[in-house]
Amino acid sequence: MNKTQQLHAWLLLLPALVMLAAFTHIPAVQTLLHSFYDNPRGGNPASFVGMENFQYLYEDEVFWQVLWNNAWYAIVTVPVSIVLALVMALWVNARLPGRGIVRLAYFTPTVLPMIAVANIWLFFYTPEIGLFNNVLNMFGFDGQNWLGDPDFALPSLMVMTIWKEAGFFMIFYLAALQGLDNSLYEAAAIENASRWQVFRRITWPLLMPTTLFILINALINAFKLVDHLFILTKGGPNNASNLLLYYIYENAFSFFDSAYAATLTSVMLIILALLAWVQFGILDKRVHYR
Amino acid sequence: MISLLKNDAAAVHQSLHEQISWAEKLAAWVLGLLWILPLLFAFWAAFHPAEYTTSFDFFAPLTLEHFVSAWEQAPFAAYMFNTLGITTLILACQLVLCTLAGYALARVPFRGQGIVMALVMMQLMVMPEVLIVENYRTLAELNLIDTWTGVGLPYMASAFGIFLMRQTFAMVPQALDDAARVEGCNRLQVLWRVYVPQAKPVYLAYGLVSISYHWNNFLWPLVVTNTEASRPLTVGMAIFGAPESGVDWPVICAGTLIAVSPLLAAFLIFQKQFVQSFMRAGIK
Amino acid sequence: MLRKLPRRLSQVGRVLAATVAAVGLSTAVQAQKTELTMYYPVAVGGPLTKVVDGLIEGFEQKNPDIDVSAIYAGNYNDARVKALAALKSGKPAQLSVMFSIDVHELMGQDAIVAFDDLVKTPEEKQWLSSFYPTLMQNGKVNGKTYGIPFQRSTIVMYYNKDAFRAAGLDPETPPKSWDELVAAGKKLTKRDASGKVSQWGAMIPSTGYPYWMFGALTKQNGEVLMSQDGTKTFFDKPGVVEALSFWKDLGSKHQIMPEGTVEWGTLRQNFLEGKTAMMWHSTGNLTAVKKNAKFDFGVAMLPAQKEFGSPTGGGNFYIFKKSSDAEKQAAMRLIKYMTAPEQAASWSKATGYMGVSEDAYKTASLYDYVQKFPAAAVARDQLKYATAELSTHQAGRVRKLLDDAIQAVLTGEKDAQAALSSAQSQADRILKRYR
Repeated sequence: MNKTQQLHAWLLLLPALVMLAAFTHIPAVQTLLHSFYDNPRGGNPASFVGMENFQYLYEDEVFWQVLWNNAWYAIVTVPVSIVLALVMALWVNARLPGRGIVRLAYFTPTVLPMIAVANIWLFFYTPEIGLFNNVLNMFGFDGQNWLGDPDFALPSLMVMTIWKEAGFFMIFYLAALQGLDNSLYEAAAIENASRWQVFRRITWPLLMPTTLFILINALINAFKLVDHLFILTKGGPNNASNLLLYYIYENAFSFFDSAYAATLTSVMLIILALLAWVQFGILDKRVHYR
Repeated sequence: MISLLKNDAAAVHQSLHEQISWAEKLAAWVLGLLWILPLLFAFWAAFHPAEYTTSFDFFAPLTLEHFVSAWEQAPFAAYMFNTLGITTLILACQLVLCTLAGYALARVPFRGQGIVMALVMMQLMVMPEVLIVENYRTLAELNLIDTWTGVGLPYMASAFGIFLMRQTFAMVPQALDDAARVEGCNRLQVLWRVYVPQAKPVYLAYGLVSISYHWNNFLWPLVVTNTEASRPLTVGMAIFGAPESGVDWPVICAGTLIAVSPLLAAFLIFQKQFVQSFMRAGIK
Repeated sequence: MLRKLPRRLSQVGRVLAATVAAVGLSTAVQAQKTELTMYYPVAVGGPLTKVVDGLIEGFEQKNPDIDVSAIYAGNYNDARVKALAALKSGKPAQLSVMFSIDVHELMGQDAIVAFDDLVKTPEEKQWLSSFYPTLMQNGKVNGKTYGIPFQRSTIVMYYNKDAFRAAGLDPETPPKSWDELVAAGKKLTKRDASGKVSQWGAMIPSTGYPYWMFGALTKQNGEVLMSQDGTKTFFDKPGVVEALSFWKDLGSKHQIMPEGTVEWGTLRQNFLEGKTAMMWHSTGNLTAVKKNAKFDFGVAMLPAQKEFGSPTGGGNFYIFKKSSDAEKQAAMRLIKYMTAPEQAASWSKATGYMGVSEDAYKTASLYDYVQKFPAAAVARDQLKYATAELSTHQAGRVRKLLDDAIQAVLTGEKDAQAALSSAQSQADRILKRYR
């Protein structure tokens, strides 16, 4: 490691590090700092208020509901999209007529902007004239006020999220499946193992690293994907479908309360840090990547 | 961790394609149909008169009126120009920054490598979307609100890209590097002549992933753009289709199709490359 | 004298322009043009942008020394955020149409100026007092006028006359009281054998702007939602609680409206497809309904309980403080032009929004239009019963408190008393420091 080499390395890294620092590390630290200050008002700069913002947060019912919603959102969308993705991948990896077309259909949501498709989903969900209720009526069932009923609003958003995510995750499984070692399957064939056994004993364990990778991605997305809220529910009714990032947006850009938005963002950062710790600290040690 | 797909993978693993039952095949098809239903509906509503939006009739007349009124009601051309500009700007900067950084991390040993890697990987968790409030503040100070640069800046150093390039460059045989050295190339020349050409398929893969991400990105552009001077398609669509003004589905569907058509067309034409790119970009 | 300088200069400019243009060097005068940037809140889409563009074009033809560019910025909230952001980022705008109820917040940010300080001539002062007083309520703070009404509305009741006839109701006497509304609604709600509803009696939207619809119900019950200075709310008064209970009852007790919330954006479509016989909606929908309704429809004032009532709604013109004096004067001229009777009349005809002054309804074009299409005058006739729209300091947050309370009640999560008491105590906490 000579000096010039050191210098070269840092010079090569410099542009990327500057950008990362300016738009990831410094703002993250700033967020934490700002959560201890109030908003500047009428020419006065922000002043230090200690834990006041967090006190407010603790007493803010909407915050707890939003957090709870987001937990549910993650708990449901993550496993369901992963299982669906796996099933899709197994299907389009099998001998299926029109495999290319089916694969294309699964993958299409990935290239469509969520915000634009949300309007089409709005039509599906609308009571009285919407597609879902009309189909339900055709089969003699009662329709629902999907987005207007607090019991259904969040699940309705989840369905759209799963639709968006499953095809994306499928691709990763597909790549993994095509990279699997054939010899194990040949051995299984000789032993006349059932399909389920093959899946349990060979495919699933071998896909473990992929599953973990997808899991982390899906978890992050569960906190990041809020585009459809802007069109479908705006977090309503009565915050029944509000999610943390949308609540941050509301506070910062509708209520001009950047101090509270920073406090909420701090919570988000803590959650993400926990996720990172789980991933790198625990899971990575248990599951060996190649 | 990253494995590039071998070209012959498909052939070798042909025997992996197992037989599945008819029920499963049917289910696979039904699911596929469900998955493109929103798109099919958009086509249906956009090309038929308004009274057929909610009632399906196979013999409904076709019309282009909704496309005309959508095109007249919103400056799609300006939006599309902005989206193109922003995506290109981001991709160009990402390619340069990630190549340089990825190369340093892969082939130029230095003290503190572990820490730098950890700092880079942090961005995988703390995406720019989370930091909209602070980043908005920064850009306002830099006077970059409502500019392409403003939309692009937070994304230009991409942890994912850096990581991908590092893995790719690490697999380039050291012998090629040494040979170029012997011929008298300096470090940047080696990077340009040896490493970059070797990584072409990865660049393509990364490019497609990046383009489809930023073509569809919404929240940050919503925050940071104010006018048609920089407003991309997604934000334009959100305003165009805002439920406040009363939802006019056929026109919105036509607008949606206009907005997604370039990416969708590219996707259909380069289907194989797209899917393989996403597969290639995946970490296994 | 100096004050008149800009205009003098522009006159000189015009003469110069003519001369120079004749010589063929017309670019020389560009520098003398006053450039105005105006933020405008229409969800780009809707034919509204076209109408506004048309009005601006007319203004520019008459005032060649002023160049106006309109920036369409989405809904009211977007327009406010984007205009304020532009002010801070050094790409200033000089004027904007924004929510009439943003006035406290805009003043809190020290962003706008009072028109009283800009009007000079008697003619201008006369103009300032030419609008319907009710429309000025949301624009006035401490006796000064900060917002000039333009894209203004009240809530009206659209009803399907064909459905009325089919139900044996007189299509020319729409319900005038809450009781009549319920009675008519019951006749109009059609159920099939299995009890499924194929046509609802009435729909009042409860997403988007629930607090606005609620303002109508409270006014009809003899209450208002806040003090004029925007520092106090009255969410937990008995009359207010009663009004919310009534709204809830329309769905749960009388079953003439779907339970849960009713979507603002898709409501018009529901009405046009005959899924509801009556809807409460902004008069700004009038032209769209007129264009698309395939049945005979009527427009009526909202029904009364103790009195008639609706909040006014919509957008006012504001002028930003950061502009130069010449820009402020130019902005004033633009606003005067846009709100003059002729333009107000054609705006009203094109959109369904109200003509903002009595004189607008006296113009030949709007007079004839109202004669042929009486529905166009309902919003105006209702003005005498109207009240200001909910407008407080920290408007966004306070509005959300009330919106959440309304939705919680309509979806059956809380009862009206509990929801509104809690909203009131939270609003108190926010507004305390402004008193």
